[in-house]
Amino acid sequence: MAKEDAVHVEGLVKEFGNVKALDGLDLVVPRGQVVGLLGPNGSGKTTTVRILATLLKPTKGIAYVNGFNVEKQADQVRHSIGLTGQYAAVDEFLTGRENLRMFGDLYHLAPPYVKQRSQELLEWFDLIEAADRPAKTYSGGMRRRLDLASSLIAKPRILFLDEPTTGLDPRSRLGMWGVIESLVAEGTTVLLTTQYLEEADKLADDIVVIDHGRVIAHGTAEELKDQIGGDRIEVTITDLERIRDAQTALAPVFGGESMVSDSLVSGPVSGGSTVLVDVVRLLDSQNIAIADLALRRPTLDDVFLSLTGHGAVEENSEKLASRTRKGRKLS
Amino acid sequence: MSEVKNLSTAAPVAMSRPLLGWTLHDSVVIARSTILASFRIPEALFFQLIQPVIFVLLFAYVFGGAIPIPGGDPGSAADASLYRQYLMPGIFGQTVAFAAAASTVGLAEAMQKGIIDRYKALPMSQSAALIGNTFANALRQILVLTVLSITGYLVGWRINDGILNAVYAYLLLLLFAYTVTWVGAFVGLSVPNTETANTAGLIWIFPLTFLSNAFVPLDSLPSVLKVFAAYNPVSSLVLATRQLFGNPTGYAPGTEPEFWSLQYPVLYTVISCSVVIGIFAPLAIRKYRTVSRR
Repeated sequence: MAKEDAVHVEGLVKEFGNVKALDGLDLVVPRGQVVGLLGPNGSGKTTTVRILATLLKPTKGIAYVNGFNVEKQADQVRHSIGLTGQYAAVDEFLTGRENLRMFGDLYHLAPPYVKQRSQELLEWFDLIEAADRPAKTYSGGMRRRLDLASSLIAKPRILFLDEPTTGLDPRSRLGMWGVIESLVAEGTTVLLTTQYLEEADKLADDIVVIDHGRVIAHGTAEELKDQIGGDRIEVTITDLERIRDAQTALAPVFGGESMVSDSLVSGPVSGGSTVLVDVVRLLDSQNIAIADLALRRPTLDDVFLSLTGHGAVEENSEKLASRTRKGRKLS
Repeated sequence: MSEVKNLSTAAPVAMSRPLLGWTLHDSVVIARSTILASFRIPEALFFQLIQPVIFVLLFAYVFGGAIPIPGGDPGSAADASLYRQYLMPGIFGQTVAFAAAASTVGLAEAMQKGIIDRYKALPMSQSAALIGNTFANALRQILVLTVLSITGYLVGWRINDGILNAVYAYLLLLLFAYTVTWVGAFVGLSVPNTETANTAGLIWIFPLTFLSNAFVPLDSLPSVLKVFAAYNPVSSLVLATRQLFGNPTGYAPGTEPEFWSLQYPVLYTVISCSVVIGIFAPLAIRKYRTVSRR
């Protein structure tokens, strides 16, 4: 059973000294699917990918990729996968074509095949004009495309994408999404880690939320959103200093569940648009001016906040504080 | 961007496994890429070629007159020429010792940029990245030694003991270069980042080259340093090349060095290179297998 899935992980534990990066992680990626691994910095996403890509050995637990044991059959695993990490890992002094040739040769592919495949990939990834320029001269988006092209040279059935769009501008990000979608459309299995909930929402069939090295939720984007309930209202006020007053004033609407960031108060509501009127009335009675008011479906961000007690992207200073808080667990 | 295809086109064509496994093939691929890349970094190439040339000119024309060579006549024009003959093998030795720098900096960079991670996720030989890198950096010394030899010729250095011995001398220099690139590789994989690689990672090369007979006769050193310098492989390398090129050795005719490492300099150099490679190559390969960008 474990061997039929593209990725099958049971009880994975990874310790770095005293730090437990993974604490009993279970994960299944069925063939042909895109699974999004979602979690804040330091939650264990990258460690998971690195173990699956045979770069790290697990402390405990078992992991199969394409039916091969990552510890005992590392070479077969390496033949089955493509890996694109957080950094565009190409040799910047080599041209795009030379990079592809090098990686193709290191996959032990026949030189004529490498030549032809490189040409295809350069065309598909819109790198033909830049093909014979050193990668140093490429833009961030072009380097990422070359990086992804390099991991496709041997046509892997399974692709690990570790934060493939981190640091890209919105246009390049859309380009990457398009590429990933067309790979998936013809049957490539993808395990994608990301901090961008929008990315997981758009690309992934199935989302696994992890925190502190453990799975804390699992489901489709819609299922996860449903888990935290109905609509939300977001109110932005004009006077930043009165944000606490606004939160207090809106307590009758939100119950105890409101959240504040900068000049924005948000919280779950029931009753739809009629509640909007209550919000306006309550704030007006306190003379708090409203800059913006919106009623919306929950985003994966809300899912994240409600699951972990902190956002997907957190500052280091907040990390310690959030560690002491305990996220609510969903059954 | 057009439709990207991965699985729907013809399956990849694999090479058949070579008789001796993939290590040689993969090392050649890495060496080829390393050499290709090095020609795209004009600054580094310039620095590698120009620095030793500056050393030649500096020592030949600035310090040369101040360092007496046994058998010479201090202060005379003949003595200055003698010093240049004496100096060149020293510069050769110092230059090949700095071949370590390219491996240290190159591997620390590859590490930091995630390229080593990528290599490790490929079905390639796990030692090829290091064998290829060290080999390429040693091979590049052929170019450096050529430029240096021409410069030496222009300031009066000559090969005086036949072509065959000169070839042995150059081979010994390349063996030494290959040896230090393994030390450099180990250092490059052990330092935390490229900045450290560029500074602390290279600092050991200076005492290694200056506490030797490369620029001054050993007898001019205080006793403790003299013993260190005598067993420093740079000294045996430099003395061996001086003998093989037929240049002044720093010893008056009829006298012998007091240390066995310098009585049999070729043998001592080959032995110490083998020992150093024997220690540092496995260390570097083990390090390569365990390091990862976190």
